[in-house]
Amino acid sequence: MEPSYYLVLSAMLFTIGAVGFMVRRNAIVAFMCVELMLNACNLALVTFSHAWGLLDGQVASFFVMVVAAAEVVVGLAIIVSIYRTRRSASVDDANLLKF
Amino acid sequence: MSGQEVAFWLLAPVMVLGAVGMVLARKAVHSALCLAAVMICLAIQYAALDAPFLFAVQIIVYTGAILMLFLFVVMLVGVDSDDSFVETLRGQRVFAVLLGVGLVVLLVAGLGNAVVTGPAGLTEANAQYGGNVQGLAALVFVRWVWAFEATSALLITAAVGAMVLTHRERLAPRRDQRTRAAERMQAYAETGRHPGPLPTPGVFARHNAVDTPALLPDGSVAEDSVSATLRSRSRIRTPEELLAPMAQRHAEIAGDRQPDPAVGHQRDPRPGESVAEQGAALKASQRTRGEDLSDVERGEQLSDEERI
Repeated sequence: MEPSYYLVLSAMLFTIGAVGFMVRRNAIVAFMCVELMLNACNLALVTFSHAWGLLDGQVASFFVMVVAAAEVVVGLAIIVSIYRTRRSASVDDANLLKF
Repeated sequence: MSGQEVAFWLLAPVMVLGAVGMVLARKAVHSALCLAAVMICLAIQYAALDAPFLFAVQIIVYTGAILMLFLFVVMLVGVDSDDSFVETLRGQRVFAVLLGVGLVVLLVAGLGNAVVTGPAGLTEANAQYGGNVQGLAALVFVRWVWAFEATSALLITAAVGAMVLTHRERLAPRRDQRTRAAERMQAYAETGRHPGPLPTPGVFARHNAVDTPALLPDGSVAEDSVSATLRSRSRIRTPEELLAPMAQRHAEIAGDRQPDPAVGHQRDPRPGESVAEQGAALKASQRTRGEDLSDVERGEQLSDEERI
C-alpha cells in the first residue's frame, strides 16, 4: 500500500492535536493533544521505515515513546503541583509569570 | 484488497473521529477515552506496517501506562473542574482552525512530494536477524547504544523529578488518631456536630447507590449522606424522585382493582350477620369513609377490608 495514505493520516492527526492544543484550556486535555502529536509523528516514522525497508525508523519511534513516557510523568507532576497551589487545572490561571 | 488496506481504511476514520472527539469532548475523562481508542487503532496500524514490537509497546506503554496515568491525574485534579469554553482571546478558535487547515495542507503537499517510491517492505530487514525484535535489538544495542543509555538516565531523572515535584513538606505536626478524636469531641462540645461517622447513603427498594441521599424522619435530605464531590459533580437524586415510583406503583395496584366491586372476594359473614347484610354494610362503609380519599388510599382501604 502507498505510504502516502499513512502520511496523510499522520498529518491529519498531528494537525488535530495542534489545533486542540491551541484551543483547549484544560491543562490535562492540552497535554493529551501533545501526546496525539507525538503519536502522529510515530506513525510517520514507522511508515517511512516500512517504505524504505530499514528498521531505523522503528528505533526512532521507540525512542520517541520512551521520551514521551518520561515527559508525561514530569508534566503530570507539574499539573498536579500547580493544582495543589492554585486549585485549578486551567492553563489560563497559571499566569504569575505574565508581565 | 490486502489485509493492510482493510486495516487502514477501517481504522483511519475511527482514528480521525477519535482525535476530533478528544479535542471536542467537554470532560477530560471522555477525552482520555477517545485518545485510548486512537492509540489502540494506531497499534493495529503498526502491526499492519510490519512492526510487531512497536505494536506491543504501543499497547503496553501508551494505552496501558501513559493513559492510565492521565486517568489517575484526571481523578485527582479534573473531576470537579469542568473546562470553561469561554474564549479568553477573541477569535482564537477561528485562527487556530485556520492555522490547522494551513498546516495540514502544507504537510500533505510536502509529504506528498517527498515520497514517490512504493514501499520496499520490511520482510527482508526483519528476516536479517531472525525477526523484528531481534533486528531492533541489533540496532538499539549496537548503533544506537549511546542513545539507549541516555534514555535510561532520562527515565531515572523523570522518576526523581516527579517525586520532587509532587513532594509536600509537612508544615503542621502530624494529626494522629488521638488528636482527631479529641478534635471531634471538641467540635461536639462547641457546635454540637455529631462525633460519630457520617450517615450512609439511602437504601430504597430501587436505589442504594452512593448518589442516593438518606431521608430524615421528616422527609428531608440528610446532607451528609452524599459526598460533596458527587454533589458538585452531578445531580443527586431528590426525595421526590425516590418516592415517586412507590406512589405510581400504588396507583397501578389500585387501578387494577375496581374501586367498587360488584362481584369479588367477600369475607365470610360474621357471627349473627346474614350474607345480604354484609355486602350492604361494606358499601355503606365505603360511602362514608371513601368520600375524600384518593384512589390510592381507597385501594389500600379495600384491601384492608378484604383481609379481615
